[in-house]
Amino acid sequence: MSGTSVEIQGLSKSFDNHQVLKNLSFDIRSGEFFSILGPSGCGKTTLLRIIGGFEEEDSGVVLLDNVDMKNYPANKRKTNTIFQSYALFPHLTVYENIAFPLKIKKMTKPLIKNEVEKYLNMVKLSGYEKKYPKELSGGQKQRVAIARALINQPGILLLDEPLSALDAKLRQHMLVELDSIHDQTGITFIYITHDQHEALSVSDRVAVMNEGKILQIGTPSEIYESPKDAFVADFIGETNFIEGIVQEKGGKFAKLYSETLKTMIEFDMDQSVEIGDKVKLTIRPEKIRVKRENPQKTSSQHFNILKGKVDEIIYHGFQSKFFIDINGFILKAFKPHLSYFEESERIGWKEEVYFWWDADDSFLVEVSK
Amino acid sequence: MKKNYGTIYSLPLSVWLAFFFIGPTLIIFLYSFLKKSPFGGVERSFSLDAFAFLFNPTVLQIAWMTLYISIAVAVITLFLALPTAYFMAKSRYKDSLLLFIIIPFWVNFLIRIYAWIAILGNNGFINNFLIQTGLVSDNFQFLYNPYAVVLITVYTYLPYAILPLYSTIEKFDFGLLEASKDLGATHFQGLKKIFIPGIKSGIYTAFLFTFIPALGSYAVPQLVGGTSSMMLGNVIAREIIITRNFPLASAISLILSLLTIIGILVFMKKNENEKKAVK
Repeated sequence: MSGTSVEIQGLSKSFDNHQVLKNLSFDIRSGEFFSILGPSGCGKTTLLRIIGGFEEEDSGVVLLDNVDMKNYPANKRKTNTIFQSYALFPHLTVYENIAFPLKIKKMTKPLIKNEVEKYLNMVKLSGYEKKYPKELSGGQKQRVAIARALINQPGILLLDEPLSALDAKLRQHMLVELDSIHDQTGITFIYITHDQHEALSVSDRVAVMNEGKILQIGTPSEIYESPKDAFVADFIGETNFIEGIVQEKGGKFAKLYSETLKTMIEFDMDQSVEIGDKVKLTIRPEKIRVKRENPQKTSSQHFNILKGKVDEIIYHGFQSKFFIDINGFILKAFKPHLSYFEESERIGWKEEVYFWWDADDSFLVEVSK
Repeated sequence: MKKNYGTIYSLPLSVWLAFFFIGPTLIIFLYSFLKKSPFGGVERSFSLDAFAFLFNPTVLQIAWMTLYISIAVAVITLFLALPTAYFMAKSRYKDSLLLFIIIPFWVNFLIRIYAWIAILGNNGFINNFLIQTGLVSDNFQFLYNPYAVVLITVYTYLPYAILPLYSTIEKFDFGLLEASKDLGATHFQGLKKIFIPGIKSGIYTAFLFTFIPALGSYAVPQLVGGTSSMMLGNVIAREIIITRNFPLASAISLILSLLTIIGILVFMKKNENEKKAVK
């Protein structure tokens, strides 16, 4: 098997005067594990349904392996789908469910048997041939759905929130399995999810969608570490936003004055800004360090050092979430629990603390002139 | 152990059924094995005369006609009801459509048959129209043949078939049809291999709901059937009202009941197997 490439050009779709997809254009490489991440109602499922041929686009083009899919119905496309509800045929056994696509192709019985056994093995369900879907657990149903979708040897596997019906532990497990199936088969995976952890942990690239638009496409670390958009920064993981007016700029860095923090903040100028621009910065809570003592700033390092009062601490096992109050503005900082010796006395509630971050770790997500 | 109140709750209905259903059925059963008295009643002596008479060619012919009409009715009704129910279940106006299906029930059954006579009869709308437009010179006999009986019986029992089909189709997960397309099936293959098996219980129910009452038809063949399409129901009525041969009427009723019971048992068995499969 080898993966099919996808090219989307100017795709738009409306339902009842509500535009759910707004002029989308992007490519998915052959064999890629591509996630589309967004909140419910962002249009990601519609996008998947258009790629699969279940929904017709209003305008735009979908190319699979450089072939326009305009006149290809769902049953003629090299795509197979794993539906959110699995959509197993209730009146057919596990064997018959998996054999269904091959029976449609009118393959001979011994050939079908051979193939079904191969795929049952792959999803570790040998011995379940005679069971009906209702006799299976959620995870097992999921495996049947995977085997049934793969047996046709599609170029693309479309996965519509496939793990959302499973419990957290099983979800992790199935995710790893999906990843290894992806590696084994080499086909293109398009994975729809609203769960950032799923998207970040297995994808080659992630597209973040909101309100019918793709806001950013990048590797998981690009998406997380350098979000280009306030929505992306906020939707993926937790973050802090700081707003202010640009006051100084020089070289790689610039400084803004924040009215709420009543101080200057230095930041990495990854987009060009002019003095006087109103800007919004994002800074991830785990990049902010918290200590009782004032850290010494050397001239070569671009640090923002602030002082505040601990408003709330939430204990999370491996880390604690600090909510620090600076003149009424609450900033989140996550502090991992290191070894006992490194933190002999934990910072407590209502304590005055210093916190700081590297100017490189904050990103511009909004600039208005 | 907790007391099962079910038995107590079902007592009124059990008493009712015992008096008005099991009782009469037993009487029919007994009567069919008795001897016909010359004055219209029964004599208390065992006799198989009634059953022997069932093999009379006239009765056999009528029995055959009854079966033929009932099967035709059930099959035609099913073919009409299935697309209708499908359309209704997928329509956004399903509630109002459902109402339209139920409205005919508000009009008396006999009046609805007479309405058909007004449409198809010799002085009916259609004949008047045909004569006025000059398409035919003389009245066309639409009524008093088995086709008229089938047509009007289909009309009568169509809602009984649509309703169970509608309720199963409405519960059917149409995502499964999408899945079948995704897996390479055409729309027609999806309907055949996924949809029809998925609504099987509705199809059985619809078939029985039309086949069983059609088997016991009396009014429709009586009013629009003529002599060529007498059904067993008419024979029973004739034997009771005119000939006053109670044992024969009982024997025919018994045979009809048996046929019905066999139909229901087969249906229940099928349904049970299905449930086991999809449990």
